[in-house]
Amino acid sequence: MLDYEKYLRTRTFPLPWCPGCGIGTIFKATVMVFAKLGWNPDDLLVVSGIGCSGRLPTYFNTNTLHTTHGRALTFATGAKLAQPEKKVVVFSGDGDALAIGGNHFIHACRRNLDIKYIIVNNCIYGMTGGQVSPTTPGGFVTTTTPYGNSEPHFNTVEMAKAAGATYVARETVNRPRQLQTVIENAFLHKGFSVVEAISNCHINLGRRNKLRHPIPMLKWIEELTVPLAKAKDMTPEELEKRFVVGEFVKRDRPEYYDIYRETMKKAQEGGKHAE
Amino acid sequence: MSSKEIYSGNELVVKGAIAAGCRFFAGYPITPSSEVAEGMAKTLPKHGGVFVQMEDEIASIGAIIGASLSGKKVLTATSGPGFSLKQENLGAAMMAEVPLVILNVMRGGPSTGLPTRPAQSDVMQARWGTHGDHPVIVLTPAFPKEIFLSTVEAFNLSERFMTPVILLLDEVIAHAHEPLAVPEPTEYEVVNRKYPEKLDSLEIYKREMGEPPIRPDFFMGLPIHIDSLEHSDYGTPTTHPEVVELHQRRRLAKVEKYKDEIIKVKTYEEEDAEILIFAYGSMARASLDAVRELRKMGIKAGLFQPLTLWPFPEKALEKAAQGKKKILVVEMNWGQMIYEVERVLKDRNIEGLLRMNGYAITPVEIINRVKELTHA
Ligand SMILES: Cc1ncc(C[n+]2csc(CCOP(=O)(O)OP(=O)(O)O)c2C)c(N)n1
Ligand code: SF4
Ligand SMILES: [Mg+2]
Repeated sequence: MLDYEKYLRTRTFPLPWCPGCGIGTIFKATVMVFAKLGWNPDDLLVVSGIGCSGRLPTYFNTNTLHTTHGRALTFATGAKLAQPEKKVVVFSGDGDALAIGGNHFIHACRRNLDIKYIIVNNCIYGMTGGQVSPTTPGGFVTTTTPYGNSEPHFNTVEMAKAAGATYVARETVNRPRQLQTVIENAFLHKGFSVVEAISNCHINLGRRNKLRHPIPMLKWIEELTVPLAKAKDMTPEELEKRFVVGEFVKRDRPEYYDIYRETMKKAQEGGKHAE
Repeated sequence: MSSKEIYSGNELVVKGAIAAGCRFFAGYPITPSSEVAEGMAKTLPKHGGVFVQMEDEIASIGAIIGASLSGKKVLTATSGPGFSLKQENLGAAMMAEVPLVILNVMRGGPSTGLPTRPAQSDVMQARWGTHGDHPVIVLTPAFPKEIFLSTVEAFNLSERFMTPVILLLDEVIAHAHEPLAVPEPTEYEVVNRKYPEKLDSLEIYKREMGEPPIRPDFFMGLPIHIDSLEHSDYGTPTTHPEVVELHQRRRLAKVEKYKDEIIKVKTYEEEDAEILIFAYGSMARASLDAVRELRKMGIKAGLFQPLTLWPFPEKALEKAAQGKKKILVVEMNWGQMIYEVERVLKDRNIEGLLRMNGYAITPVEIINRVKELTHA
């Protein structure tokens, strides 16, 4: 039995999410990985933006920081650069990461600072009552797309890949074991690591789309889920509306603070600088 | 004493920040503040500190909040457009009580405005820019030595009161190159944030009314929670009205309670003056030149120069204004601090020399206005 209780801030319980919400599964998967790796809680910092997923840090018995909407990665960047030996994990919702915080996400991928980024993609603005998000599927009814969503959605994995993230994976809350595995692999990877966790918001997305209970909504996710190996034989059109799961990127690229260390050395040895 | 060298105001902010112990800078280039980022980029790595150019101003203040919570003294520098972008996270730092220093080198606004021209039109934004009721400390040095010492002071106040401090320069003094013997460490004090004696309490915001939190930084041995939501003594979210009210009042009282220790003003030729000029930043310097010339002409003019703009130096201004026939507010905007002067000196005869057209108001213009007002 893993000693996971030391990672729980039980004083702040009960958890705030709706019964059956996928965020609880993501919370548990993360706690289990902490316990498996046995990291000292005080050597960890968990940061988040605003949203249902933004409430996650409050319940970890680590250092925790609940920031402003979309800006979690920027606070995390400062903390990690200030204390590069510590571990920094960040949670964002799909709106947080891809709409208001999209630019920070791109630049965090590019920098490759050793931060772990878990994006809780429930395809909706959960916290604010179910408005369309950059990942809401086409045709879905939300409070701000009452006639159905007509905008195309983001592919988080492709974006992270293109922007330079060095570890990129996608999993769903239907597959907690696999989710735990990719979170663990992200945590063990050195460099900016992205895990997109597809989650169910039956309350604010499902309700308006004939998926008002957790089980039908999880079934919907399951039906759309395609493992990466299988996806290789499918056309882009076939994959357009699917959740392809697996590890997409695992590559080595110089880590940001390692490079900065060299910069400091150069400066301290009286190296040249532009005048 | 060190020998004199030529520095711009922006360079003196870099010197002052390093002297105060700043070891983290995040910023985004913008005229007329960029020399501060450039100076920090050159200097910080030599001191083992971190310089990072972020993707925008919102990211820059986010990064310094994260670094401050992780134990560093931190700075960001910007100008009007960037200062506007920073407002939300500035409020987050006030809410979570995070020490940091923001330099805003004021240029002509609104919007992109006059990027290379001076203004003093962000003085009310500095006070009220972020939403919600919040404590504010804003410093407005004018002369080279003041710029250095106010920068050190900005860090000291932020660490003491666990709150952001805004340093306002304007384009004139940020870019003017002038000689200064940089003050020796014996000439100023460096204040560091307080930590609890024992790391045994998670009630990191539990303090008397008007007292800043005494808490560990991240990674000091006691895992803590920091939140932009209203929070309890534990730092965790609450909507309990009594707890909300307590911490709202405590944060505002932090500055109110100690304002006599925070506020610094200078006065020149003020005792027997018949007309008192109220001016800050580069306008204090133009006004001082004017006062000196006016005195030569036998006109009894004096100057009141606030080095602390917020909290507003009410008592000091009241005292200095006693018995004066006229008050003249000189500022490079279309009337901002004059409202505050009018609020404090209600029934006095208050005039303004107010202008923002990209050109600094000159001593000659001030002299002429004073002559007009004194019928000399
Ligand atoms: C600057 C700003 N704009 C808007 C909001 C309101 N807001 C709070 S959470 C949220 C969206 C949440 O959606 P997502 O990021 O997907 O998180 P979820 O609740 O679905 O987990 C919005 C728009 C805010 N808090 N701050
Ligand atoms: S609104 Fe949706 S995302 Fe938020 S807690 Fe409820 S089910 Fe979860
Ligand atoms: Mg969402």
